[in-house]
Formats: sequence, C-alpha cells, structure tokens
Amino acid sequence: MVERILQVTDLSVHYGAIKAVQQVNFVVNRGEIVTLIGANGAGKSTILRGISGLEKPVAGQMMFNNQDLNGLSSESRVQQGIVQVPEGRHVFPGMSVLENLRLGAYTMHDKQQFSKTLAHVFDLFPILAERKTQDAATLSGGEQQMLAIGRALMAQPKMILLDEPSMGLAPLFIQKIFDIIQQIRESGVTVLVIEQNAHQALTIADRGYVLESGQIIATGTGAELLASSQVRAAYLGG
Amino acid sequence: MSSILQQLLNGVILGSVYALLALGYTMVYGIIKLINFAHGDVYMLGAYFGYFFINVLHLNFFIALVLAMAVSAGVGVVIEFVAYRPLRQSPRIAVLISALGVSFLLENGMSYFFGSDKRAFPQAIATVQYHFGQLQISNIQLLIIGTAVVLMLGLTLIVQKTKMGRAMRAVSADQEAAILMGINVNRTISFTFAIGSALAAAGGVLIGLYYNNIDPLMGMTPGIKAFVAAVLGGIGIIPGAALGGWLIGILETLTQAIGLSDYKDAVVYGILIVILLWKPTGILGKNGREKV
Ligand SMILES: Nc1ncnc2c1ncn2[C@@H]1O[C@H](COP(=O)(O)OP(=O)(O)OP(=O)(O)O)[C@@H](O)[C@H]1O
Ligand SMILES: [Mg+2]
Repeated sequence: MVERILQVTDLSVHYGAIKAVQQVNFVVNRGEIVTLIGANGAGKSTILRGISGLEKPVAGQMMFNNQDLNGLSSESRVQQGIVQVPEGRHVFPGMSVLENLRLGAYTMHDKQQFSKTLAHVFDLFPILAERKTQDAATLSGGEQQMLAIGRALMAQPKMILLDEPSMGLAPLFIQKIFDIIQQIRESGVTVLVIEQNAHQALTIADRGYVLESGQIIATGTGAELLASSQVRAAYLGG
Repeated sequence: MSSILQQLLNGVILGSVYALLALGYTMVYGIIKLINFAHGDVYMLGAYFGYFFINVLHLNFFIALVLAMAVSAGVGVVIEFVAYRPLRQSPRIAVLISALGVSFLLENGMSYFFGSDKRAFPQAIATVQYHFGQLQISNIQLLIIGTAVVLMLGLTLIVQKTKMGRAMRAVSADQEAAILMGINVNRTISFTFAIGSALAAAGGVLIGLYYNNIDPLMGMTPGIKAFVAAVLGGIGIIPGAALGGWLIGILETLTQAIGLSDYKDAVVYGILIVILLWKPTGILGKNGREKV
C-alpha cells in the first residue's frame, strides 16, 4: 500500500521579484527514493528550502505525515522527522567529526538512542569513526559529504532531503554516495534527492520530477524518465 | 626590577576585568557579527546591581556578585530582544546604531534616575595586603584574578562541553546549517547575551570593589578597551579575548609605570592600529578566514 509521506500542493517560493518556484505539485511516498532534476537555477534547492523551513513560501501547502508544515519552525520540522543535507555540505568548521554528529542529534534527548544511531552512522561510514576527532574542515570533499549525510541521519529522520550530494566528487565517490542513498532507504528512511547527475539519480530513484524555470515539466518513474527523449536531450546529454 | 614585576601584576589584575568584558564582545560578535556598543554599559549596570544588593539589601559580597550577574544576564537578553532582534535582517549599520542608542540610553538613564556623581561602592570585604618579598598584593586583587579565572574556566566548560555551548559554536560557524540541525537560533543568541552580560557584570562588581566607586559612565573607557582587547586577540575567538584583555591590562600599567600615564590610552589605541595593520584577524585569528 502506498502511503503519502509528503504532499506538496501549488507551492510557490519567491525571492523578492524572482519567482524561483511556481505552483509546484509533487508527492513522495513512504520508503521511496524520489529525485528532482533540472538545470542550474531551476529552483530545486529552493523547493528543499521551502520544505525544511529555510524559506517561507508565498503560497501552497506542504503536508508531511498528514501534518501541515506551514507555520512550523525549522526546529519543529526536524523534530517531525524532516532533515535536510544542504547543498555544499556545510559541515561545522573548527569542530570535530564527533561534535558535528552530536549537533546532528541536537533534537534527540535519549542517550541510548544517540549511541545506537551513532553506531549505525559509523557502520554506514566507517571513515567517520576513524576520523572522529579530526576537524571537519580538514576532511576531503567526499568525507565532508559523508559527514553531512551522517550528521543528518543522527536526527533519526523519517525523510532526508539531499541537495546535490554528488556535487564536486570524483566518480568513485559519486558511486559510493549513490550506494549509500540506497542503503539509507533500505534502513527505512524516505529520500528526496536533488541531482545534477541526472542519469545516476534516475537509475536509483523510484520516481522523478523534472523542473524547469521553477515549474515541473515532466514526471514518471526513474526508468520512464531515463527513456524519455525530452529528458535525454535536456539533461542526459542526448 | 621588582617594580616592573609589581606593575605586571597590577596589569594582570586590570587585564582580568578587561578580559571578562572582552569575552562578551567576542561571543556576541561571533554569533551575530555585532559590535555591541552597549556592552560596557551592562558592566556599569552590573556594578550598580552589586551596589544595590550589598548596600541596600545588605547581602554577602559573593551572593551579591552572583545576583548581579544573574540580573544583568536578564538585562542583556532584554536588550538583544528589544533593540537588536527586530533588526536582524536589516543592514549591519542599523544594528550598530541601535547598539549606540542603547548605550546612551543606559548611561543617561542611569544618570537621570540615580545621579551622575560618583558614589562610593561599599567595602564589602576589608582589604588585606600581602607581601611576597618586594611584591604586594591585596586580597581584593587576588579575588579579582581568582573570580576571573574561575568564570573563564566555567565559560570554557559551557562552550566546549554542553549542548548549549555546542549550539553557540554551531550558530557562530554556520547559522543556516545550525537551523537545519533543529537548533533554535533565537534561543541560542539569547543565551549568548545572557552569558556575556553576566561576565561583564562580574567585571563591574569587581572593579567597584577595587576602585571603591562607581558612576554611570564607568563603562565607557573599559568598554572600548575591552573591545580593543577582543580585536587584538581575534574577534570571535574566545581564548583570544582573554589573552587580549590581559595584554591590554599589562600594556596599560606598564605605560603608566614608565611615566607615560597621560598617554596610556593613546598607547593602547596605537597598538590596536599596529596589530590591525600587521595581522587584521588578531593574534589568534586565522589569516584571511573571516567568516561571512
Ligand atoms: N537568496 C536568493 N536571493 C535571490 N534569488 C535567489 C536566492 N536563492 C536562489 N535564487 C534564485 O532562485 C532561482 C532558483 O535557485 P535555486 O538555488 O533553487 O536553483 P537550483 O535548481 O538549486 O540550482 P543549482 O542546480 O545551481 O543549485 C535562481 O534563479 C536563483 O538565482
Ligand atoms: Mg541548488
């Protein structure tokens, strides 16, 4: 049975006069990997920022687990189980890997749960366990991305929002990140992922949405979009 | 030689108070990038609260100190809430002007209601002088150093080991990422003002006891010097503030000791200029990595 975890209806987000997102509709079902693809400036990040509460939409509704997100602070959204990994990683510099992970668990108050989740994250990213005491700013780009994802998982999200997790990484690391995304889904977390790497994203995604100039212009299963000539021409290099 | 040592010691004592004040400047700057011009006036208010608790309520000095810190913490939180928070999205210059406004309001308000004259701070603790060879130190001086060190250790513990401290560092480092962790930024900023104001108040009460008098403008000069100390150490860097405070205190007393009393402030600002030219990010600052 499909169960909606997120339903976005007629969402519009503006930056002053710039209409970054216009009347966007999409849904994410529990346990899915859904991807949003689109060119630079299409409005992908803005949609995620609207969901996590970093931007206030000018119109539209976002229902998460049958709860209206409008009016909820970012803090409550994290508590409800929506956690965003920002574009460009944004690990906390000057703080150790472990401190970064502790901050990820900021809304969690149960010590036992914390240790359990930490063990799970270290399982997923053994490198983070090795680098526990290292300053996050000195990690490599790929390691920082793993830390950013691990940090988000520390909050025990129901749904994780990933903003271009493969950005700037070498091919080997990119593959690793996509493997991890699938493992995260298998552990029961729903995934909404933005990608420039449309091919790989559509390959692992159950469904995808194509965004252009703030509007959704195509949708389908990952395989359908991969096969679509329109998508191939615009985003997959023919 | 011994008189140089004596001056060094005096400098450390004065510097301890600058350091307490500088910590507040640096923490507030770290978290909202504001030079809180009203910070020196919170130090003044702290001294007045101490005066009130000792002179009017006849409380023990240490209880008065803790209460003055607590009340001033509340004042700091209110100042941020009323004068800075509404301007969070405004250009930085607007907040700076608001801080100047708060500073004048506190100075003139206190003068209006309680008079602008100096008033004698109660001798809550009788002075006892100790001699170590040629060196002389009083119990009050020891108390100032001791209190400053204990408060700084406490602050370090809070900032490094507690959840709130981690949140403070997170908001300072990357506010948006902190929001995504579910950190309540407003509450964290309030907490920062509370801690900074409490430290300033402690400095005010200690200096009241040391110099035996307080007045509504007593926060102006120390406020500016503590700001210089914070910049000297590296604004936004907590250990830098302590280091800068002690350095400025020592420099000031040494300048006096070599007979340049009239120029001691000029020397302090001269040093600021030199440091800024040589290393704009301050002694402990990382070169060219001012966080935006
Ligand atoms: N803070 C902002 N202020 C003004 N305009 C903005 C802001 N952030 C984004 N925009 C604009 O909104 C539009 C959508 O931006 P968004 O970051 O959502 O795109 P994106 O699809 O994530 O692009 P990319 O793939 O490059 O990350 C762009 O035209 C961008 O210039
Ligand atoms: Mg983007």
